[in-house]
Amino acid sequence: MSIPIFVISVLTVAGALAAMTLKNTIHCVLALTVAFAGVALLFLGLDAQFVGFAQILVYIGAVVILVVFAVLLTRSSETPEEGSHSRTWFTGLAISAGVFAVLGWAVLASVNGLPNETAAPDVNVHKIGNALMGRYVLPLEIVALLLTAATIGAVIVAMHEKARTK
Amino acid sequence: MTPLASYLLVAALLFAIGLGGALTRRSAILVLIGIELMLNAANLNLIAFWRYGPHPEALTGMMFAIFSIAVAAAEAAVGLGLVIAIYRHAQTTDVDKMNRMKG
Repeated sequence: MSIPIFVISVLTVAGALAAMTLKNTIHCVLALTVAFAGVALLFLGLDAQFVGFAQILVYIGAVVILVVFAVLLTRSSETPEEGSHSRTWFTGLAISAGVFAVLGWAVLASVNGLPNETAAPDVNVHKIGNALMGRYVLPLEIVALLLTAATIGAVIVAMHEKARTK
Repeated sequence: MTPLASYLLVAALLFAIGLGGALTRRSAILVLIGIELMLNAANLNLIAFWRYGPHPEALTGMMFAIFSIAVAAAEAAVGLGLVIAIYRHAQTTDVDKMNRMKG
């Protein structure tokens, strides 16, 4: 792992850690933006430019804005007096540490069997577009349907109750 | 250590952080953020395996990641809509206080 990738990884993990531990929800969302941007940069480092820019557009451009709207609409930016973490935080911490231990052990135990093709793949947007419109056209249409259904569903769920009873 | 193994370790760490947040935070919005972090870790795994796997020109891993990003966006929209609906009903986003299904 080269030094820039290492720095980006540390930034990403630090952003994710801050997003899950800070008390103020707005600060958490800002830290989350750092984590998403770090993941996008890791995608760029893995020669997946299209996915990296899609990550920036979708996550930083849309999801974070949605989360900020939700935080402001629900007035949850103030920390509740009982604290920002659940009473059973220790159990959750133990479970996630256990999951990381198992995943890390699995990766380190199979490190010799992992594939390691070093040649950079020859991929451009033209090929991705051809694949999306050719071999993957059915999943693409299903995702379009899913996004339409999710948009309508989100609007109906969040719609004002009085407007629904009319 | 091979580059693939280090990317997998970073993704495992991201996944564990997201899982820990989803299990310990009180605010429903931050639970959703934890789930988003876990999805991002999965995408990172997909792209890393695509990059260092045997046939990157088949674009399979990349297509998986693109569709996974689209599904995650839909999930975030519906999830936050649900949080707003619950807040309007119960005046709270604290998941510890959401303990009954009847309004």
